[in-house]
Amino acid sequence: MYQYDKYDQQMVDTRVAEFRDQVERRLAGELTEDQFKPLRLMNGLYLQLHAYMLRVAIPYGTLNGKQMRMLGHIARKYDRDYGHFTTRQNIQYNWIKLEDAPDILADLASVEMHAIQTSGNCIRNISSDQYAGAAADEIADPRPWAEILRQWSSFHPEFSYLPRKFKIAVIASDEDRAAMRLHDIGIQLVLKDGQLGAKFFVGGGMGRTPMIAPEIRDFVPADELISYAEACLRVYNRYGRRDNKYKARIKILVHELGQEEYTRQVEEEFAHMKKLGLNPPVEELARISEYFQDPAFIADASDELDLSDPDFNLWVDQNIVAHKQPGYAIATISLKPTSGIPGDASSAQIDLMADLAEQYSFDELRVTHSQNIVLPHVKKSDLYALWQKLDAAGLAPANLDLITDSIACPGLDYCSLANARSIPLAQKISERFADLGRQRELGELKLKISGCINACGHHHAGHIGILGVDRKGTENYQLLLGGSAAEDTSLAKITGPGFDEDGVIDAIETVTDLYLKERQEDERFIDTYRRVGMAAFKEAIYG
Amino acid sequence: MKILTGNDLKTGDVTWWTGSDWSRHVEDAVDVGDNFEAILQQEEAARHVNVPYAIDAEMTENGPRPAHIKDRVRALGPTVRPDLTLKPADPDAGNWVI
Repeated sequence: MYQYDKYDQQMVDTRVAEFRDQVERRLAGELTEDQFKPLRLMNGLYLQLHAYMLRVAIPYGTLNGKQMRMLGHIARKYDRDYGHFTTRQNIQYNWIKLEDAPDILADLASVEMHAIQTSGNCIRNISSDQYAGAAADEIADPRPWAEILRQWSSFHPEFSYLPRKFKIAVIASDEDRAAMRLHDIGIQLVLKDGQLGAKFFVGGGMGRTPMIAPEIRDFVPADELISYAEACLRVYNRYGRRDNKYKARIKILVHELGQEEYTRQVEEEFAHMKKLGLNPPVEELARISEYFQDPAFIADASDELDLSDPDFNLWVDQNIVAHKQPGYAIATISLKPTSGIPGDASSAQIDLMADLAEQYSFDELRVTHSQNIVLPHVKKSDLYALWQKLDAAGLAPANLDLITDSIACPGLDYCSLANARSIPLAQKISERFADLGRQRELGELKLKISGCINACGHHHAGHIGILGVDRKGTENYQLLLGGSAAEDTSLAKITGPGFDEDGVIDAIETVTDLYLKERQEDERFIDTYRRVGMAAFKEAIYG
Repeated sequence: MKILTGNDLKTGDVTWWTGSDWSRHVEDAVDVGDNFEAILQQEEAARHVNVPYAIDAEMTENGPRPAHIKDRVRALGPTVRPDLTLKPADPDAGNWVI
C-alpha cells in the first residue's frame, strides 16, 4: 500500500489546520454560511437531512487495518456508532457536529486519510477494481496508476473549479468490476506488443442523463497516461458548459461536440503537452510502484479446502474469488444481511474487519462500489477460521452478486436531494428473497436502487434498477430492466408506469418468475432479458 | 399553516421555530403566517440557526405535521433506524412519516 511521504502528510496536516480556523470563524460569526459552504464542501462536509454529513476519501477503495480501525473510532466517538460505505468506495458519517469536524480530520490525518475532494466540482476519489493486485485476470496492478492519478489530481490548481464534478476509474482486466465505462474518464490498462498502456473511455456517467463512455484512444503508453488524462480534462475545462449545471458534465460535452471532434481536440492538446514534457518522471512512477509489491505470499500454500460445513461451503461458493497466487483467495464480506441497510457497518464490525485484515489478509482491505468489503489476500487454509469469525458478527451473508446484494443510496432517510426512500425497499426485497436457495436459483442479479435521478444507487446500471420519484408528495418507484455496469455495459430502460413500495416488490417478483420460466441453459437474468426483450417483461408486469 | 425549520449551526440538529426560540421537536413549532422573512434573517444572523426556511404544514391533534414527507423525515429521523429517531420507543412513529 502507498504510504505518505513528508509532502503528502504536510499537505493534509496543513489542510486540517486551515479548516479548523475556518470552522472557528464560522462559529464566531466571521463567515456567513454562503461563505463557509464551499469551504466545508472542499473538506467533504455536507449539510444533510438530519445533521452534517462527512464523506471520507478511501483512495481506490484501499485501506489498511489501522485506517479501518480509525473509521470505527470516528463512528464511535463522533457519530452514532456506525458508518455507511458508499458506491464511490468511500465512507460517510451521518451525524457529525460542526465543532467536531476539525478533530475528526486531524484523527484521519494521523492515519494518512482525509476528506479532501469528496465534494465539489473537482476530480473526486479515484476508483478502481476492488480485486486490484490480487485478481487472477489482471494484466497489471491498477493501484499504482490510481495512486499517480490521485497525486496528480489532488489540489491540481487547474482542475479545482471544473464545470462539474469529475470521476475517474482505472481497471486492468477485461472483466470490469468498477463500472469503468460509467465514469467521466474510464481507463483500462492493456498490453500492446508487450508494452503497458491504457485505453481511454471518456464521457460516461449516470445521473439524469446516463451515457456509456465511448472509447477515444485504444492505446496510450503508460508513461504518457497522466498527460493524456490532463489533455482530456483541459478540453473539458475549456469548453464544458458552466451555464447549466444539468449540462455541465463531460458526457454532455462529448455528446454535443461528437466523439470525433472531442477526440481531435484532445489529441491536439496531447501533442502540445508532449512538447512541454509534462509526463511524471520515471523515478516517481517507480517510487510509487514500489509500494504495491505483492505481500509475502507463502509459495507452497495449499489449495485444499475442507468444505464439509454446508454453510461455509455456500459462502466459499458465493463470496470467494480466484486469486492470482495459488493457495490464496479473495474474500468478500457482504454488508447486505437480510433486513439490513446496504453498506452500513457498526463500529464493532468495522473494528473486527480491521482485526481480520491484519490477521488474515496482509493488513489490507478494500471497499467495493457495491458497498461491500474485500479481504484481498486470504490463505485458503485460513478461510474457515475467517468465516467463523465473520459469521459470529453477522458479516457472512453468502450473497455476493445475488439479488439481495443490492446497491442502495441513502435515499430520503438521509439525503436532502432524495425524492423517495431507497433503504426500506432494499430491506423488504431482501426479506422477500431471503431464502438463499431461491437467490442462488436466480443466480447473478444486480439490483440497484436510487432515491432520485442523481443515481447514486446506480439504478441505470442494474440488471433490475429502481428509481424513487416524488409523485404529488408521495413516494413512487419506477422499475428499470437491462442495465449493466460490467464489461457488457448497458443502460437500463424504464418498464412503464411506477408503483408504490409493495407494488414494485411484487413487480420484481413477476420479473424474476418470468426469467426462471424463459431462461435457457446457463443464462443469467441479464442474458435472458437481452434475448427475450422488454416487451415480454412489460406484458408480465402490466398485462 | 407555515412553520420555520433549519439546522443548529454547531450540531446540525434539525430545529423548529417556537415563536421565541428553536426546538428539536416539530410539535413545538408555531404558525408564522406569511411574515417570516424578518424572523429568518434575524435568527440566521444571530447564528441561532443555519439555513432556515419556511415550509407548509397542517395542524393536527398532536401538533404541526409538515406537508411534505421530506420534512416529516427531518422531523422524526431516519425511518430505517427507529432507535436514532426522536421517538425510539413509539412503534407508530414511522406511520406518522408515511
